[in-house]
This record gives sequence, C-alpha cells and structure tokens, in this order.
Amino acid sequence: MSKTILLGHGSGGKLTSDLIKKSFIEYFDNPVLNAMTDSAVININDKLLAFTTDSYVVDPVFFPGGDIGKLSVCGTINDLAVSGAEPVFLSAAFIIEEGFSIDDLETITQSMREEADKAGVRIVTGDTKVVNKGQCDKIFINTAGIGILERKFENISTGNDIQPGDKIIVNGYIGDHGIAVMGARENLKFEAEIVTDCASLNHLIKSVLDSGADIKFMRDITRGGLATIVSEITANRKFGITINESDLPVRESVRGMCEIFGYDPMFLANEGKVLMIVSAQSSHKALAIIKENKYGRDSAIIGEITPDNPGKAVLQSIVGGSRIIDKLTGEMLPRIC
Amino acid sequence: MCLSIPAKILSIEGKTARASVGGTIINVGLHMIDDIKEGDYVLVHAGFALQKISDDEAQETLKLIREMENINQEQEKDDT
Amino acid sequence: MKYIDEFRDKELVQELSRKIKQISGKKITIMEVCGGHTMAIHKFGIPSLLPGNIELLSGPGCPVCVTDIRFIDRSVAYSRLDNTIITTYGDLIRVPGSSSSLDKEKAGGADVRVVYSTLEALDIAKQNKNKKVIFLGIGFETTTPSSAIAILEASKKNINNFFLYSSHKVMPPAMAALLDEGIKIDGYIGPGHVTTVAGAKMYDDLTKKYNLSIVISGFEPVDIMQSIYFLVRQLENDKPKVEIQYKRAVDYEGNLIAQHMINEVFEPRDDWWRGLGVLQKSGLGLRKKYESFDAEKKINVRVEKPKEPKGCICGEILKGLKRPTDCSLFKRVCTPSNPVGTCMVSNEGTCQAYYNFKF
Repeated sequence: MSKTILLGHGSGGKLTSDLIKKSFIEYFDNPVLNAMTDSAVININDKLLAFTTDSYVVDPVFFPGGDIGKLSVCGTINDLAVSGAEPVFLSAAFIIEEGFSIDDLETITQSMREEADKAGVRIVTGDTKVVNKGQCDKIFINTAGIGILERKFENISTGNDIQPGDKIIVNGYIGDHGIAVMGARENLKFEAEIVTDCASLNHLIKSVLDSGADIKFMRDITRGGLATIVSEITANRKFGITINESDLPVRESVRGMCEIFGYDPMFLANEGKVLMIVSAQSSHKALAIIKENKYGRDSAIIGEITPDNPGKAVLQSIVGGSRIIDKLTGEMLPRIC
Repeated sequence: MCLSIPAKILSIEGKTARASVGGTIINVGLHMIDDIKEGDYVLVHAGFALQKISDDEAQETLKLIREMENINQEQEKDDT
Repeated sequence: MKYIDEFRDKELVQELSRKIKQISGKKITIMEVCGGHTMAIHKFGIPSLLPGNIELLSGPGCPVCVTDIRFIDRSVAYSRLDNTIITTYGDLIRVPGSSSSLDKEKAGGADVRVVYSTLEALDIAKQNKNKKVIFLGIGFETTTPSSAIAILEASKKNINNFFLYSSHKVMPPAMAALLDEGIKIDGYIGPGHVTTVAGAKMYDDLTKKYNLSIVISGFEPVDIMQSIYFLVRQLENDKPKVEIQYKRAVDYEGNLIAQHMINEVFEPRDDWWRGLGVLQKSGLGLRKKYESFDAEKKINVRVEKPKEPKGCICGEILKGLKRPTDCSLFKRVCTPSNPVGTCMVSNEGTCQAYYNFKF
C-alpha cells in the first residue's frame, strides 16, 4: 500500500474506500459510522435525523451549467435525500486562497442561495478561513446537512430489503458532469455544449417516496460513477446485479468524448443522478413519477437484481456478451492504448 | 495499443483540422495524410490522423456479414 | 457515431457467434497481439460469445507491459532533475519501477504532465524555454509516427529544449519470437492500427519463414468476431494465411508518409522486451542526425539498479505460457490499486483485464 496520499485516493473508487477503511474507520470506529451510508442516521430521543458532510474542491471553479457553490449545496442535499430524509439545514465552511476575487466569491454564494431556495433548505451557519497564495486552489467549500428521517424509510440506506427481481432505475443521462468539468479544464469545444447535471433531487425523491412505491435502496451517483456503486452494493451480498448496457442513458457527445480518451461512461462523475432500487411491481409507477419531474425526464430502468452471480455486478454488453463491472481504480487518465 | 477513433473532418487549416467525434470537436494533426477534404472520415490516434476510412470497404464488410445471415436463414428454410 | 455504431450491431455479432459455433470443431488457441484488442475483447464480453473449444490468449501487444523496468527507472530519475518537465501518455504514469513510479514522483512534487498528443508536449517545451522537456516515447508502429512528427517539428522550429526518450518498438520480431519459442498458438488476431501504418506487407518476412494464420482485425465487436470467424475458417480448412478483415482502414502498402517519417527520424536497434528478452532490431532509436533531441544521449542521470518484483510472472503471461490465475500474487498482493507488475497496471494488461472483467 502507498505510504503517501495519491491523487487516486480522492477519485471515489477502490483506493478511496481502502483509505477510508484503514485510516479513518479504523480510528473513528462506531456503529453509526461503520454503517458507511451516504448520511449518518442518528437517533435522538426516538426521533431520526440524517446527518452528512462533503467537501468540494472542483477545478475549474466555474464550469458549464454551474459552479463549486451550486455543487456544494446539491451534493449535500442529495446525500440526505437518498437516505430517505427531508433536508432542512446546511452549514457552509470556506477555505479561500489569498487573491481570490470577491466578485467571484459572491457569484458563488449567490449561486448557493439560489440552489438552497430551489430545494427549500436554509444555510444557517458557516465559517471562513483565508490561506496564503498557493496553499489552496482558489476556493474549497465544505457543507454539512441535517435532514428529518421518517421511521418507515430507515432501511433505505442499508439496502437490507433488496431482493432478486428488484429493478434498478437511474434518473437520466450519466456522465454529463464529469465530461463538462473535464471539457472546461482541457478547454475542449463541443458542437452541442455539455453542461453539468448538478441539481438538488430532494423534491424528485420525495415524490417517489410519497407515492408509496416500494423503494428498497437509493444512492447518489457521484465520483467513481455508476460502476463503483453497483459493485459496492453487491459486495458480500447474496444477490447479483445485471446492468443492460443498451438501456444506459448516455448522451452522444459524452459517448464521443469517452471514445476519444478511452473513458468508460460508467465511471464518470455525476452531480444530479440517483440510483434507485425498487420492487418489480413498483418499478413502472416509480419510473412514471420520476419522469414527471424535470430532473427525471430521461430516466430509465437499466438493470435488475438477480439471484445469479451473487456478490457481483455484471454488464450485458450492447452486443450481448457479458462481463464483470468493477470499481474505479485510481484516476481515469486519457490513454493511447 | 491503438486507441483510435473515427472522426469527421469539419474544417482544415494548413496541417491541422477540426474534426468531430459524436459532437466533440478535436484538433487533429494532418501531418501523416494528404488528399483530405471536409466531410471525410479519418482514424485519429493520439491527436493525429492515421488514415482515411474507406466507406466502400466499410459497407462491403457489413454487407458480407448480412449475406451470411441471409444464407443461414435460407438454409433454415430449406431444412424445415 | 459513424463507423462505430454499425460495428457494434448486436444482431451482426450474434450472427457471427452462431456462425463460429457452427463451423468450429477443433480445440484452438487464438492470440491477440494488440493491447487495444485485449481491452475490446473484455469490455464487450467477447469470450462469453465463443464456444468452449476456442481459447483466447493475450500476447505482448501492450507497450506498457513489455517495457523494460529500466525505462521506468530512468524516467523516474529524469523526473527528479531540476528544471525538467516529464511529458507522457497516461498509460505510463502508474507503472511501477524498481522503487518508484511517475505518479509517486508527481505526488512528491516532480513536474510530470500527462499529454494526449506529442504536439502538446512540444507546446509545453515552447512555453517553458528555460526547462528541459522530455517526452516518454512508448508505443508500436501506430504511435511512433507521432514521435517522429514531434522531432521533425522540433528540428524545423529549433525547439531545442525538447527531448525524446524512446522505447518505441516494432511488432514483427516479437511475433517471430513467440513462433520460435514454439508456444502453441494456432492463429493470431492481428494488430489493426499497427497494420494501418505499416501495411500488410509487414508480415511478408514472417509468412516466408512460418505458416502464419493471421487476420488483421478492427477493434469493434463486429470486427473481432468476424476476424475470429475467418481464423476458425482458416484453421478448420488447414489454410493458414494473412487475411485483412479491417479493410476500411488497412491495405498492403499502409501509410507511406508515416513510414517515411519513421525512417527519416528513427533507426532499428536491439531492444529488451519483458518476457521475451533482447530481440534483434525490434526497437527504434533516434538517428544521429536528430541526436540533439535524444534524451538518452544528451541528458545525464544516475539510474538505480533494476529490481524486478519477486514472484511476478508477467513475462510468462505476456507470452501466453501462463494465465493470471497461475500467478501467486494475482488478486492477493497484486491488484489494480496496488499493482506489482505491468500486466496489472496497464488498462490493456492481461491481468487487469482478468481482474476487472472476468467471472
């Protein structure tokens, strides 16, 4: 194992999970944390709260369709929402590099306010630190969030109710965010601009939960992509997952970028996508409800839970062959081979 | 080791061209090929065009396989 | 996307799968010698579409996998020099050397930059005139022209702080070495883009000496399945030959302009391949005329003694003699996040493909 931190440790795949197990959980060790869910579920006087935190270090700070501020609000709201909780409050802490433009800072904070309003959430506390030039990359933001969790949704984040036959739904095109940011960083041009899918999904998720559809599990698809999530869900379980490549919603332009650089869309980052596992009977109802929401128009059922291949996630390729889906390893780099 | 991608030439300026791969526009070095015009498809590897893609040959390859399909279907009909 | 989607047509692939099962009787071993094929075969799940009597083996066609550990060690040493920028394709960055790797050096503060094209590396040289910019040239016939073009441009425009550290290789000596060793390979899926550049004439010498069954294949699932079909047809009828499946991009002559550039800038030299040892005239070094751009000749550096990782059998895996599952380190110690050998580091390496994709 590496003795120093590598960039790959932050990419959301295997290296990240190894680091978390060895250097964090090993020391913090407690039952709430060890559940390793998107949000921690806390019981206070018999009321359930969901609590989560995330840090945002994206470069560039402004990218097509959004900025680091919007990201920091959506990301934390989504972590709460996918646990089945209703997000209510956020904190926002800033580490800013000396020399950063105050106009830019205010563009970012305005962006955060707009997104919080859309989600019906308030930013109620925060912190500001400034460091010398060169000691952080322009601006880093940490947000933490609290949400109220109803008992009936408590199991959603554990996934303990998942059964063979359950269907897997994704609420739209995958890979937009990863490619939008990469495109901005590399100064690439597109015939049709690719913008981030960054969005707060709490209303979309609430409408599905309120409909009574039988939701077994939810997770937001961020760094490490769809592949990392499906391979994590199946780890050590008695069921397997099959994903149908031909059902995966991927924009043509994102596919083109993936072909050029040798990327797999299943590993790309997203900021407005949730993976839902729902019972087969509820799946069409759930899909219809998601499609009514503007962040779910291009939703699709992309696969299912199977009794075969327990502990594994399998891809049925577009040509009918099958192979294993594994977690992202290290960072995705453009390759020639 | 030959990740190469078919790209459509959109415009040419001296030794470089702008090409599109499924809507993404990339710069392509034309140092290795000549006789290229807008609308042609080329194979791009590590930022350079390796070869022009022959549409005739592409269609011929696909046709060959589809004919195989037809032969199979004919055989099945004969068998029944 | 044109020329991609049609060649990923499920019906055509399924038809080819049926046809292969129909005509295939003998137990045969087919080797692909191009890392791009290894990737495509596993990504699309091709092995699951073939009958059990056909075995697919990966050969030494992944340039990262066959690269000498000394190349990495020297690159690492270069990265530690002052006022030096290392430019490289992404493929090399995680390859373990004797004690370090480029991404570890980068984490330690070295200026190591991943580029997509050699022209990017040249731009970096132009923008950083007070620094030496070294480009790590790996790759076979497909990629060598890109390095040749960079040297020609550097020469024309007097970009004198640009250097190439060449580990470029050519394929035929490696294929001959495999055939000489008598490894049981019935047929080859031939490297499509290597042949686009060098032309099918590159196999003339090989076919004079050996009874070569080879189909030059494209990289989409339809291409690979059709190539396997042609190979099976050749082998079932005992008619070995060089066939071109990838007709839309490959012909006998190849890309003459690219060949001319390679000949102008490079000359053949003996080179060391992991798994195969020293192969005569299998590598490419800069000609004397372009010596001033040659990192090996112009930039002095102390390089540590090479230390091959214990227990690593990448060499035998590259020749198809052993499978990843035969290696005692596979999955236990050697994993994609903690690779010991090159077969696991490279996206095209057999071991990584097995680890990631195989059931």
